[in-house]
Amino acid sequence: MSTIKIAEPPNGIEGPGFFATSLDAAVGMARKNSLWPLPFATSCCGIEFMATMASTYDLGRFGAERLSFSPRQADLLMVMGTISKKMGPVLRQVYEQMAEPKWVLSMGACASSGGIFDTYSVLQGIDRIIPVDVYIPGCPPRPEQVLDGILKIQELVQNESLRRRDSTEYKAMLQEYGME
Amino acid sequence: MNEELKTILLDTLKSTFGIDIVSVESPYDFITITVKKDKVVEIVSHLYDHEKLQFQFLTDLTASHYPDDKEQLEVVYHLHSLVNNIRVRIKARLSIGTPEIATLTGVFAGANWMERETFDNLGVIFKGHPNLKRILNVDDMIIFPLRKEFPLEDQVRLDKNDTMFGR
Repeated sequence: MSTIKIAEPPNGIEGPGFFATSLDAAVGMARKNSLWPLPFATSCCGIEFMATMASTYDLGRFGAERLSFSPRQADLLMVMGTISKKMGPVLRQVYEQMAEPKWVLSMGACASSGGIFDTYSVLQGIDRIIPVDVYIPGCPPRPEQVLDGILKIQELVQNESLRRRDSTEYKAMLQEYGME
Repeated sequence: MNEELKTILLDTLKSTFGIDIVSVESPYDFITITVKKDKVVEIVSHLYDHEKLQFQFLTDLTASHYPDDKEQLEVVYHLHSLVNNIRVRIKARLSIGTPEIATLTGVFAGANWMERETFDNLGVIFKGHPNLKRILNVDDMIIFPLRKEFPLEDQVRLDKNDTMFGR
């Protein structure tokens, strides 16, 4: 017997031949289970990410096995590893090239805060140049932690209102980063 | 190091450049020759063209900063003779006010990026370099980060404060 599970349907009104729910819930469920991550892997966290993608941990179980190496088609930017100050503008450009809605996951101590590289050449946390949704602690984090981070992202994706990206709060947040 | 080659090396340098040699040392059996800064290119070319020695590979080119010395900057050249498998280290001192020395790109094309790196990190100006600009650090950096007066640590960290790390 198959052990494949399909996603739980959102709350709605069901009857013979129809199912009614809110657009937010339907879109949220679809987005949540079909994230296209863009891996921005610069160091050892990238190696842990490879383990996360491989058979033992298998990120594909969460619908995120299709990595997008073009920012234009990606939903989730996964920043994994030390980002030097010289790499900063590149990362920012990649983020700006992604289409809305987009989420950012910062993996490991270096991406989140600079980590042990408290030095003149390293960016002290990517949240100085782009907004971050979920931080994964660790140096490097175990694949289980990465999966946990992805689940947290999925939770955000599922519950995000369709109008959030039009809100003044969101625009003000982007303004803080000097975007748009 | 081979005694015969060592003698040849020191003899040729003494006879050709006598007064331009400031000192000769041999720490860890690695011949280290400090020379006057105006003569570096001439000496390196001489060693390059020398019939027997043939120092034709530039292993490294860098500099150090000694803030307590009169002439604070020291440019270091590592040469390797692939034929004889011997190495020599050549040093020259510069004052921090006029950190200028002639470029070695005329002798070794590979000196190009090494000199850019040395300029980037320590502000040594290589006169005659074809493209002397920053190579590793961000272009808008205004300091030379490996000079001792600049702090190594980035000053914007919020998670490291005196109560936790005694910084």
